[in-house]
Amino acid sequence: MEGIVGYGAYVPRNRIKVEEIAKVWGADAPSYKKGLLLEEKSVPSPDQDTITMAVEASKNALKRAQINPTEIGAVYVGSESHPYAVKPSGTVLAEAIGTTPEVHTADLEFACKAGTEGMFVALSLVKAGEIKYGLAVGADTSQGAPGDALEYTAAAGAAAFIFGREKLIAKALETYSYMTDTPDFWRREYQFYPQHGGRFTGEPAYFKHVIGAAEGIMKKARMKPKDFDYVIFHQPNGKFPFRVGSLLGFEKKQIEPGWLVNKLGNTYSGSSPMGLTATLDISKPGDKVLIVSYGSGAGSDAFIFEVTERIDEARDLAPRTRELLDKNKRYLDYGVYAKFRQKIKKAV
Amino acid sequence: MREVAVIGLGMTKWGELWEKSLRTIFVEAALLALDDAGVEKIDSMYIGCMSSGLFIGQEHLASLLADYLSQVPTPSARVESACASGGLALRMGFIDVASGMSDVVLVGGVEKMTDVSGHEATYALGTAADQEYEGFHGITFPGLYALIARAHMEKYGTTREQLAMVAVKNHHNGSKNPLAQFPYEITVDSVLNSVMVADPLRILDCSPITDGAAAVVLCPVEMARKMKKPVVKIIGSGHATDSIALSSRKDITWLEATFQAAKKAYSMANKEPKDMHVIEVHDCFTIAEICVTEALGLVEKGKGGEAVELGVTSLGGKIPVNTSGGLKAKGHPVGATGVAQVVEIVKQLRGEAGERQVKGARVGMTQNMGGSGGSTLVHILERE
Repeated sequence: MEGIVGYGAYVPRNRIKVEEIAKVWGADAPSYKKGLLLEEKSVPSPDQDTITMAVEASKNALKRAQINPTEIGAVYVGSESHPYAVKPSGTVLAEAIGTTPEVHTADLEFACKAGTEGMFVALSLVKAGEIKYGLAVGADTSQGAPGDALEYTAAAGAAAFIFGREKLIAKALETYSYMTDTPDFWRREYQFYPQHGGRFTGEPAYFKHVIGAAEGIMKKARMKPKDFDYVIFHQPNGKFPFRVGSLLGFEKKQIEPGWLVNKLGNTYSGSSPMGLTATLDISKPGDKVLIVSYGSGAGSDAFIFEVTERIDEARDLAPRTRELLDKNKRYLDYGVYAKFRQKIKKAV
Repeated sequence: MREVAVIGLGMTKWGELWEKSLRTIFVEAALLALDDAGVEKIDSMYIGCMSSGLFIGQEHLASLLADYLSQVPTPSARVESACASGGLALRMGFIDVASGMSDVVLVGGVEKMTDVSGHEATYALGTAADQEYEGFHGITFPGLYALIARAHMEKYGTTREQLAMVAVKNHHNGSKNPLAQFPYEITVDSVLNSVMVADPLRILDCSPITDGAAAVVLCPVEMARKMKKPVVKIIGSGHATDSIALSSRKDITWLEATFQAAKKAYSMANKEPKDMHVIEVHDCFTIAEICVTEALGLVEKGKGGEAVELGVTSLGGKIPVNTSGGLKAKGHPVGATGVAQVVEIVKQLRGEAGERQVKGARVGMTQNMGGSGGSTLVHILERE
């Protein structure tokens, strides 16, 4: 049986509150707070990027996996904010955690689902017997254009998973992907900020694909919503995961442990993977967990995991996701945030 | 002049129809209207559409839509009078049949508004205001109607709650209309706590951005009498203009074009406001319905807000207004609105309005206006 042997997350310590952003743009903060269930989001420091966060999350995953990094045969980094347009993020990560040189690396990009794409490929290579361990990371330092609705959510964070065949924390019972060509959100080369189709990003994009993937995997696994202890959906805002959950027949209590977006924001490729790390943190042996990602463009990857007894010994070998989210926070005002995110630059 | 009847109605579900193009939604509604009328060929057609150029980059709609409806070489004309384009198309069709130039005429209205961003849609709609005296100074339609609302509140004591009650009433009616974009109820509290757009108007005071189409088929009454359906005649048609800039009006709380158009329609129909059993008006914003009911003479000047509060204009009230849900709940694809109003009134007069049927309705009226009231079409219909 294949599955997760180690997992870890990383959240930068900076935060900015919804009110602070709304104040600058003369926007209605209560409508974001109540309507989209958002309070604050994480912000990377100037020296943090997708690669540094991927390294931090991977180190936490290695602490839980208790394996020799040289045995990792594949390293995948999924992100829509790779620091380089040409030159991989994966090489830096692989070098930093000591898996080089006998390793396959690739950078993936599919808006917010690049992280689960890496998970799918790494898991599949383990299943195929090509590698002993595979590492997949979803990480992003996402940007929202100043004043755009996305500025209230675009956040930073990372989650890493090591897949293998022995000493599993969670068995991978099933996988399923659902995809169409649906242009709801995009960023062309040389553009600094992405563009989106407004309300078009809802029904025909997020809901269609998340529901398609969730229903597909449940049918394949012959399972129903009540068969799961927990479910994680991609979290572009606070409202969507609960709404899609209720449309599919899940209850709030199944969603809540992995629902981080109100305090974290949308970490794009890290979003649903971080929901999974937070859920594994509180899971018991035997729990069944469904995760459904969503990436604009558009598609969803779905996985069903069954937590094993090893969770109890691995859980506290690295910081829990909620701990990373709640401790050591530093609040920024909009000016410093704008500088950190390179929305303003010092004249030289 | 020949007497004119409405013999066919066509309308599909309105909303954010991302999977359909303008020509598709128009053809769907037009085919339903032709089927309902039991005709295949028409003598001419008129299309109401405000701004397909800005919304989808397509002009020359009249021929395009005649072609996709398999009606070429039938003469086809597109007419534009901002949000009153649909009402104007109906008047053109009415004149065509009444004059004896054509027998069977299709009147359609259509707008595809969700292919652009909210910002672009706001700009396109803003072109219905006076660009040099209003638009270039930065005001948009919610802003113009907010000025009207504020003035009405100051002058007549109309309350914020009364504005909200217009939206609540229309959503209640819309909840009984399966073709409405938002077929569900809202409360006064939800209106009062919704996002502020232009003080005092909040988002739930505003009609939405909508894709949709509606169509009707007209013919001489003698021809209609040979058909099996109840005969519904257009007995009054009024059309009037006003300055499109609010600053040029003596009293911004008074819709003079609506008053003038109604006067002509009442006179042609030989009817009075008290004769109306069911009315569809242009509630692009909640304050608009209040001002329109006053200008139509349905309620006393300044008492529009009070009438809503007392339930006079509710379904089951003395003069039910916007039984379809109005622009607020049914949606407002601008060019289609004026035609959809006629669809609703004819359904009511035929007794086909289902849960929202006004019992025994025999005379009905539509009021469709452009911009902040710079143009208005009023039509009165009666069942034989």
